Amino acid sequence: MSDVTSEVQTFLDRLAERSARRREAQGQEPTWIAARRQAGAARFEALGFPTRRDEAWKYTDVRAIARGDFALAEDAEFSPAAAAALTLPLDAYRLTFVDGLFSAALSQLDGLPDGVTVTPLSRALEENHEAVGGPLGRLTGVEFSPFSALNTAFVEEGAVVRLAPGTVVEKPIILQFLSRAGERAVMSHPRILVEAGGRSEATLVEHHVGEEAAANFTNLVAEVIVDRGAHLTHYKLQEAPLSDLHVASIHVEQGRDSTYTSFNLNLGGGLVRTDLISDLNGQNATSNFYGLFYGQGRQHVDSHTVANHNAPHTFSNENYKGILDDRAHGVFNGRVVVKRDSQKIEGFQSNANLLLSDRAEIDAKPELEIYADDVKCSHGTTTGQLDPEAIYALRARGIDEQTARGLLTLAFAGEVLEAVGLDAIAERVELAVAGKLPERFNLAGLVEAAVALGDE
Amino acid sequence: MASQEMEQLVRREYKEGFVTDIESDTLPPGLDEGTIAFISKKKGEPEWMLEWRLEAYRKWLKMTPPSWAHLDYPPIDYQAISYFSAPKRPEDRPQSLDEVDPKLLETYEKLGIPLHERAALAGVAVDAVFDSVSVTTTFKEKLYEAGVIFCSISEAVKDYPELVKQYLGSVVPVTDNYFAALNSAVFTDGSFVFVPKGVTCPMELSTYFRINAANTGQFERTLIICEEGAQVSYLEGCTAPMRDENQLHAAVVELVALDDAYIKYSTVQNWYPGDEDGKGGIYNFVTKRGDCRGDRSRISWTQVETGSAITWKYPSCVLRGKESIGEFYSVAVTNGRQQADTGTKMIHIGEGTRSSIISKGISAGRSNQSYRGLVKIGPRAKGARNFTQCDSLLIGDQCGAHTFPYQEIGNSTATVEHEATTSKIGEDQLFYCQSRGISEEDAVSMIVNGFCKDVFQELPMEFAVEAEALLSVTLEGSVG
Repeated sequence: MSDVTSEVQTFLDRLAERSARRREAQGQEPTWIAARRQAGAARFEALGFPTRRDEAWKYTDVRAIARGDFALAEDAEFSPAAAAALTLPLDAYRLTFVDGLFSAALSQLDGLPDGVTVTPLSRALEENHEAVGGPLGRLTGVEFSPFSALNTAFVEEGAVVRLAPGTVVEKPIILQFLSRAGERAVMSHPRILVEAGGRSEATLVEHHVGEEAAANFTNLVAEVIVDRGAHLTHYKLQEAPLSDLHVASIHVEQGRDSTYTSFNLNLGGGLVRTDLISDLNGQNATSNFYGLFYGQGRQHVDSHTVANHNAPHTFSNENYKGILDDRAHGVFNGRVVVKRDSQKIEGFQSNANLLLSDRAEIDAKPELEIYADDVKCSHGTTTGQLDPEAIYALRARGIDEQTARGLLTLAFAGEVLEAVGLDAIAERVELAVAGKLPERFNLAGLVEAAVALGDE
Repeated sequence: MASQEMEQLVRREYKEGFVTDIESDTLPPGLDEGTIAFISKKKGEPEWMLEWRLEAYRKWLKMTPPSWAHLDYPPIDYQAISYFSAPKRPEDRPQSLDEVDPKLLETYEKLGIPLHERAALAGVAVDAVFDSVSVTTTFKEKLYEAGVIFCSISEAVKDYPELVKQYLGSVVPVTDNYFAALNSAVFTDGSFVFVPKGVTCPMELSTYFRINAANTGQFERTLIICEEGAQVSYLEGCTAPMRDENQLHAAVVELVALDDAYIKYSTVQNWYPGDEDGKGGIYNFVTKRGDCRGDRSRISWTQVETGSAITWKYPSCVLRGKESIGEFYSVAVTNGRQQADTGTKMIHIGEGTRSSIISKGISAGRSNQSYRGLVKIGPRAKGARNFTQCDSLLIGDQCGAHTFPYQEIGNSTATVEHEATTSKIGEDQLFYCQSRGISEEDAVSMIVNGFCKDVFQELPMEFAVEAEALLSVTLEGSVG
């Protein structure tokens, strides 16, 4: 037996234990769930963990996950004070999960307007499992990756967000995932379903954060359906503890005249892999992908994006920025696919990376795959260091070199942050980037001063 | 444009599709160690060369063909190919052009490559490869005076075994890839160039390859070595007659540049692309790599790819020496059902190395084209610099253009830029030209030529003219 099989077996054993316990506690599951769980397990067993010989995982080594022995969390205890400190200072509706388990105590759904439901997956399944069965797994099947198969096998908790047609939700909806430091590392397989009905509008914030010493594995799958004319903004603020392992796939389906805007902001996590796929299925649909990753220490941050232009007159914009320090490793893989007969397409892709250390590494691959002729597509990627002339210009104005470098780094990130509509998030990222820069000094102070100035 | 005229243009037969009736000394199809021994014996090779080939063959048997390229073709039956074909009278080589078989000259004439003219007027020495054996080499003496060795690789194996032993397979190792291993086992001929220290080759060197005998794969092997401070410009051009069965071509080109050396390698490739249904056509799987071993050395690849049913080709530079330079200029045109997966690799190892990549792809008809490139900056390549631009032009709504650039950057002092665009010929551009009395066809040709200008200006003069002509022939009838 090869090593891989034994690694896979560890996860399958855990799954069998979990299923046995679930049967004891809750009796028989609906057949469709059991069948999908089985399909997921079978697929995962057949595929095993991806290796660097797989093109999609060429630059990301997942052995840290494969070799891990992760338990499943038993409870969702979390000190309310500690949780409050980690919570985004936003006036918002919130579902909180601790190590993947729903915490009613930490959630806040008061005043949710009519036409909006925000429910933990477990409850949605209890209430009406058939309504979940339809969309679940439709966009992200078990075929997508070994991790999506694994997620399907373990599927249990997560969030279901439904917006009735025409609903406009003013306040953002936060899905908060807290990671705990415990004696044993745990894993969670959250599943998120978002159904934004026609002409609805909402902002969804996915926030991953936790206790500093935590070293857990999160394997998230999100399926997002954006109907005709709906507008959805999706923030993924990933501030997980530095030893956390994080794999996520977000699959979006867009109808006619819809807009999906994604902010993929990666600051934390030891090993992070995000797949973001958007299917532009209706005319005049627009996808906006903004991303920022900041890596330090030995962090590994991998972002894969795909914009599938399946219908004519569809638009995609992408802007990803990477800042890498120490021995951090960044990966960017963006793909724009234009299907045959999808004419009048515009697809733009830009990726810029800043290397702050000699040992940092970036692997970038912006791809275009085009089967139609009436298209305007472009992509650009650059990697480099701070412009010495810009540093000189600042120094000539009495700013010391390290502060100058910090300011320029912040400005580099600024291009993405400017587009962030939620100030609380933008400020948080700015402070994090400023605070994380090797030259700590008074940058945070500068930022605060700038923010204060802006407020006046 | 009148639709009738269009029809005619579209249906135009491959202009250079004809077969010269020369008796070939051809080996029956099939490949085993006996075949390799036959080739080696036929070429009068020493024992070590045969061993080298057999070693490669044994390794090849254990390898699998690459499947990662964006290409679609049926599996190749390597036993159905004949691995050796040489014009008769191999011992009785003509010493000058006058002695060359008139039929052969006629062939070149039809291709628009008047050997006389070219050799005399352009001052080009031509090592014409007709099928697998070098038939004639001109201006050899002049090159000899300068100290430049320019001969077929089989001659080099006999006359300069030390040089061949030292460099053959040192840039493209035998096991580099499936097709390189196959080539190493069965290569039949190719060119060998050696430019000694401090010598600038007095003329541009050129070879015309031509696949002739039916069912004959060509396995060319080219080796170019430039010693310290030496310079050479090498031209390679190809056309092939019309065939029904797919012909396999798996060439290997190795370039070695020592300190301050400069090698410029230009290619115009116009092999038979198959008919409008994609039947026939050449399968072109080429491994080309240059090794900038010395400091401040420079290797420049320029290619114009208009032919072949399938092109799989990534001329690369390994930038080992300090401040060495790698360049890649490419125009690839696909029409009909052609498929091309081409690009380059720039491996930056030494300090201060620089590379630039300009790739222009034009797809028309039902063709598919991919740019696949790698820019790798190693941890020791301080201050390395790369600029990549790859643009695609789409003509017609049934074609495809794809870009797969890989960047692996492990050094914070490196600056790497990549830009790519995909677009079609603007209606406003066409309208602008047509409103000034330029026909649509001419306007397209002008726009396409303008699109490719950055690459064409890198080509040697006579090649540039040929390339522009080829481009318009390939694209004829694709717009309307």
